[in-house]
Amino acid sequence: MQNKPGQAHFVAELEDTPVAAVDRLDENEKARSTWADAWDSMRRRPTFWVSAGLILMIVLIAVAPGLFTDVDPRACDLSNSNADPISGHPFGFNRQGCDVYARTIWGTQASVTVGLLAASIVTLFGIIVGSLAGYYGGWLDAFVSRIGDIFFAIPTVLGAIVLMSVLPTATPATVALVLSVFAWPQIARIMRGAVLSASNSDYVMASTALGVSKFRILLRHVVPNAIAPVIVVATVSLGTFIVAEATLSFLGIGLPPSVMSWGNDIGTAQTSIVTSPQVLLYPAAALSITVLAFLMLGDILRDALDPTARATR
Amino acid sequence: MLWYTGRRVLQMIPVFFGATFLIYFMVFSLPGDPIAALYGERPPSPGVLDQIRAQYNLDKPFIVQYLLYIANFFQGDLGTTYSGRPVSDVMGSAFPITFRLAMLALAFEAFAGIFVGLIAGLRKGKLFDASALVVSLLLISVPTFVVGFVFRLVFGVQLGWFRTTVSSEAPWGELVLPAIVLASVSFAYIVRLTRASVADNLNADFVRTATAKGLSRRRVVSVHVLRNSLVPVVTFLGVDLGSLMVGAIVTEGIFNINGVGGTVFKAIRLGESTTVVSFIAVMVVIFVVANLLVDLLYAALDPRIRYAK
Amino acid sequence: MGLSALALVSVSALALSGCASSADEADAPAADTAAIISTNGSEPQNPLIPTNTTETGGGKIMTSIFAGLVSYGADGQIENEVAKSIESDDATNWTVTLNEGWTFTNDEPVTASSFVDAWNYGALFSNAQGASYFFDDIAGYNPEADAELTGLKVVDDTTFTVELASPEADWPLRLGYTAFMPLPSVALEDMDAFGENPIGNGPYMLDGEGAWVHEENISLVTNPDYEGVRKPVNGGLTIQFYADQGAAYADVQGGNLDVLDAVPDSAFETYEDEFGDRAVNQPAAIFQGFNMPYYLEHWSGEEGKLRRAAISMAIDREQITDVIFQGTRTPATDFTSPVIDGYSDSLEGAEVLEFNPDEAVKLWADADAIAPYGDTTFDIAYNSDGGHQAWVDAVTNSIKNTLNIDAVGKPYPTFAAALDDRSNDALTGGTRAGWQADYPSLYNFLAPLYQTGAGSNYEDYSSEEFDTLLKEGAAASNVEDATAKYQEAQEVLLKDLPTIPLWYSNVNGVSSDSVDNVVFGWDSVPLYYQITKG
Repeated sequence: MQNKPGQAHFVAELEDTPVAAVDRLDENEKARSTWADAWDSMRRRPTFWVSAGLILMIVLIAVAPGLFTDVDPRACDLSNSNADPISGHPFGFNRQGCDVYARTIWGTQASVTVGLLAASIVTLFGIIVGSLAGYYGGWLDAFVSRIGDIFFAIPTVLGAIVLMSVLPTATPATVALVLSVFAWPQIARIMRGAVLSASNSDYVMASTALGVSKFRILLRHVVPNAIAPVIVVATVSLGTFIVAEATLSFLGIGLPPSVMSWGNDIGTAQTSIVTSPQVLLYPAAALSITVLAFLMLGDILRDALDPTARATR
Repeated sequence: MLWYTGRRVLQMIPVFFGATFLIYFMVFSLPGDPIAALYGERPPSPGVLDQIRAQYNLDKPFIVQYLLYIANFFQGDLGTTYSGRPVSDVMGSAFPITFRLAMLALAFEAFAGIFVGLIAGLRKGKLFDASALVVSLLLISVPTFVVGFVFRLVFGVQLGWFRTTVSSEAPWGELVLPAIVLASVSFAYIVRLTRASVADNLNADFVRTATAKGLSRRRVVSVHVLRNSLVPVVTFLGVDLGSLMVGAIVTEGIFNINGVGGTVFKAIRLGESTTVVSFIAVMVVIFVVANLLVDLLYAALDPRIRYAK
Repeated sequence: MGLSALALVSVSALALSGCASSADEADAPAADTAAIISTNGSEPQNPLIPTNTTETGGGKIMTSIFAGLVSYGADGQIENEVAKSIESDDATNWTVTLNEGWTFTNDEPVTASSFVDAWNYGALFSNAQGASYFFDDIAGYNPEADAELTGLKVVDDTTFTVELASPEADWPLRLGYTAFMPLPSVALEDMDAFGENPIGNGPYMLDGEGAWVHEENISLVTNPDYEGVRKPVNGGLTIQFYADQGAAYADVQGGNLDVLDAVPDSAFETYEDEFGDRAVNQPAAIFQGFNMPYYLEHWSGEEGKLRRAAISMAIDREQITDVIFQGTRTPATDFTSPVIDGYSDSLEGAEVLEFNPDEAVKLWADADAIAPYGDTTFDIAYNSDGGHQAWVDAVTNSIKNTLNIDAVGKPYPTFAAALDDRSNDALTGGTRAGWQADYPSLYNFLAPLYQTGAGSNYEDYSSEEFDTLLKEGAAASNVEDATAKYQEAQEVLLKDLPTIPLWYSNVNGVSSDSVDNVVFGWDSVPLYYQITKG
């Protein structure tokens, strides 16, 4: 892949790109970083505070579930099987007669760990690998892309099934790692595609023409401009990782039942969907709220990081 | 262009060996003796087990097993399953139906997803955008096994709009419901992705230029906004084909489709390395070709990207 | 037995020579004798060779397309099919006489050699047949080298003799099992080809070459030449393969499937309301429990005995079968099954299978007095691909609540992984154990599982007293004496509890309103030949 800015091309586009804008861009760079700009723009939006509040809350529940319930989630009595809510047990009971509210609270930790950890690993690794491959091209691109292809040719759920079966014990961390192993190439590819298109844009060519170092351009201009689709996919994928854990549990190779997680509860609630849908409802709702919070944050972050989107606001 | 395509095809070779080796090794490492497990809790004599292990080369070291597999592979012999069926036969029956299902799902998620995403992006912050967000959120946070179960119950059993499972003949009509279930999560991704790209591009210079030149909104949207927004979406679609084909384990189970996902899942369960690897090998080829098409599409969608040399 | 079966055969032969429709005028006037019944099944694990079929997917097809010396009625009683008589004076030397006139569907007559050759093929070491051990009590059997079954001798076309290694009074009981089916001579010429398109002598036959569409279905049509006791009143059978029972259940709901013999647990609560008298819930020949290995600390000797009894009495079987299984399991009272002759709910010592929290706590404390259990977690291993999680969780919760110890389920990703730890004595706690009978006899529930050194005795239980009683039972000259010995043997098991019995699985089936006369056999498979449609 050659990203060589063709001189003719540059000239042809010149009429759309006033030279003054190029100069201004450079001055802005020195004045303040993209990230500071982003923060400025984010904190002015109410949805940012809503989603940040939600995420803080979720993280707090994950870290200290005992603050939110004093019911033992492992105290299960079959005589309460699928029973309706009663005082002290606001969400009722599941098939085994365990308190659904307590299990939803205690399940937060494992689920959020899987989602956050997997999404972070995948995003970080994918961004690094994808931008290097897309930006520098050549053998590096070929090599990294082929390695990515090897892992990506093996679809996530399938690879996870084999790897989870090979591993002796399943913990939230191993589930997150296993999901990441097969999911990072997706982010890397999207990043690479976006970098490819961003590094052909006028401001990058302008910076190149102005003699800014290649790596600096990558960090300052290309990555922030290419990151939008990655942030979107990453925030959505956070949710899908939590759900993937549920699917693995449903297939019998996720977290063991001794580890409480939303995925485990959703997986086992499947048998009661027709008769006691509430057992499924609460862990699924908790999952939805978590996904929503991260989606909202992702949207705002993306807007904030994208200078063109910000320009009109 | 031709050069580029040729080089990409050549690059398939290391991916092929890498992926097959990796998966063969992982299946080899699965705990337990697959042959002993075939007989459940009724073990035949150890001698019988030894004979069967030898028949499948399972008595040999890993690397020998892999090399024997590869050698046979290039002679067109993919081995047999533990039930004595040639793996090529199994592939012949599993791939066509899965391919049709995946194509239908891909078409659904591409058209519906881009359409909904485009409108949501154009009307960012409005009611349609908010509803699209809620629906895609639901689809993401409810696992496929629940969506599939509920859809089968409601549309298959209660309303009777679709056949509850896919029959052996598998006409296209019966594949619609499974395809929608299969596509549901990716649909949500595409909506989000398209919406984000469209919203971005609406603010891009070339769109403002086009609007300033006096082009109609319809033309601005369809030619400039949509076309430029499709790059990340197309990337996603290209890589999604693979997951749609093998990742359909749950969907195939719910609608009783004898496809790739279920077959590979069963083979993993049985520790049947030859079956798993052969399927993955074909998936690698499909995957590489799909990615090549995606990269070539880039150039068509975004004239700034050129594949030189 | 021989005589009455012979009479039955001639009656149905007469019916055949008349008009097919006249036979069922009385009960179902609208029934269509050409109608094809659709039912659920699963892809056979192996080519359709009788001696290599040891699982239910293939077994269901085998019993439909083959007729052995005997077949089983709904209650598990044997009825002669190809056999005219199976007789012995000493329970060791048996003489089998065949009825004349039986043919395979390729018109080859069924002779004594059809059986002897088939059995020899199945037993031969190098043929590596999964069911080869079924011949291990016939003289000459060798599990580790090629050897002829010298105990089998063809006398003439309709007679052969069998010499067993040791006396077994109920030997004929097992002859309806798939491993004992006859084979036509073409099978022995090319077994691979035969396994794809088997030629049998049963009530049904494959609907031409390629009737078996792998992983999809198999189409069977009635065998016009069949004259045995299972004469079909329908035109054939399509067995649709399902990987997921939920899909099969939805197909019955949606009218795409006539008969289902396995209700998924997501429908346990609703299927009886939904299908009314088209739902079946009756005991089956499936025993379930869990084993505590003897190699674990705390689980052997006197301490182990106390702990086993305590654990057993800490489980509320009634409640679990009611709540988790919605009555689709029957709490266990012995080690066999209610559908087997000789089943008992009043064995001496059976009270150890009743929920008794006070006694459980007391016994556990007694054991602690020998050696304190400490805070070791009690676990039960199971393969997570078999739908066992719900009951394992319920059982461990019951134990935990009663004994106040930490108890959890321990899932293994695959059956192979779980089996490996069982075979290698590497378990950390209990292990799920289940047994579905191959043929309806007490012996089949006991010998393979608890006899010293038996193939499926993974946890290496060994009791001289039990072994002796079992041997005496096998050698008893009549079935009543044998049953008495087997029950005595079980009373030994109740003291030792090598397995903690939990419950018997029921067969749960439903059928659509287009079919009638759906009756389930002892082996949980519907008697397809009786089903009418139309």
